Amino acid sequence: MGPLIPMEIIPGQWNNVIAVLIGMAFGIIMEGSGFSSSRKIVGLFYGYDFTVLRVFFTATVTAAIGILYFDFMGWVDMSMIYIHPTYVTAAIVGGTLMGLGFITGGYCPGTSLVAVGIGKIDAIVFTGGMLIGIFIFSEAFSLFEGVYNGNFLGRVTISDFFGISPTMFVFLFTIAAVMIFYITTLIRRRVKEVNY
Amino acid sequence: MNSNNSDRSKLYFNPYFGGVMLGLILLATFYISGRGLGASGAAKSTVVAAVDRVAPEHAEESAYYSKFISDDNHPMNNWLVFEVIGVLAGAFLMGGLAGRLKFKTEHNPKISTRRRLIFAALGGVFFGLGSQIARGCTSGAALSGAAVLSLGGFITMLAIFGSAYLFAYFFRKLWI
Repeated sequence: MGPLIPMEIIPGQWNNVIAVLIGMAFGIIMEGSGFSSSRKIVGLFYGYDFTVLRVFFTATVTAAIGILYFDFMGWVDMSMIYIHPTYVTAAIVGGTLMGLGFITGGYCPGTSLVAVGIGKIDAIVFTGGMLIGIFIFSEAFSLFEGVYNGNFLGRVTISDFFGISPTMFVFLFTIAAVMIFYITTLIRRRVKEVNY
Repeated sequence: MNSNNSDRSKLYFNPYFGGVMLGLILLATFYISGRGLGASGAAKSTVVAAVDRVAPEHAEESAYYSKFISDDNHPMNNWLVFEVIGVLAGAFLMGGLAGRLKFKTEHNPKISTRRRLIFAALGGVFFGLGSQIARGCTSGAALSGAAVLSLGGFITMLAIFGSAYLFAYFFRKLWI
């Protein structure tokens, strides 16, 4: 039963080797999907290219269904799976700052690394800026501490929050994703083409 | 021949194929390691390691750095750091196969390279700050969080994409 490394089915020494292999697969798919181009990524905010949105939501839905399935089949011990903790204030403030970074910089950390991998100079500069941002946060941590720890709800899931079953939530989320794919196709047709 | 080459470099995977593959990789990552994917975590490790090297006393006294420093493990000996090395290698490999390896600054022809780079640096700073506040970026908090239905993951995802749509109007000259 998984997860394999925490359950010691795969010995810990393999940890870093597996990390590199998974990273490579991640990098190949992101680059091959067009995540190395800032103008393609940003297209989703101006309506001329929704590729990144499609890839992102398809991936979320696929992984969420997969995890439900693995749990149902008893292949994975969910108590050993890391659930991102919910700090409401931090998620909103941090997320908004990241949105601002997204639209000004044209990348997020993962996509900037992919673009660095193929030699994009703007991505190298973005990554440098990211290190500076992290440095500023770390040095001024006491200033951010209130926001960082505000409104902590624990390891709560969105299905618990709405009081529905995880299966029902993922079902509704999948329908929402398909609707978004359809609507964005309609928007894409009406927006003036941008060549890049 | 040249035009053929530039056409090939614009060929990408079908987005739904890319999405399913990315989802399966994320699923495999959870199944193997018990955690999701990430990107900003490796940048944090880099900053922690650099500060620890240059000013070890300062790093130990700091409320934030000290969380990630221990005597028996170097801050760079971290799952996410190795994952990111893989990401760089994978992107290089795919970019090479698709004919996209090239040192260049991609930008809207209506703005200068300089302007693009200034905003890229600025965007990096905002994203770096935000990713530390929210404890993860688009990969670690939004994608990996939402895959295990974390409420925080969904809030972060909405905040990133929602605010980017709100700000998009003010920065439209950069892109269109």
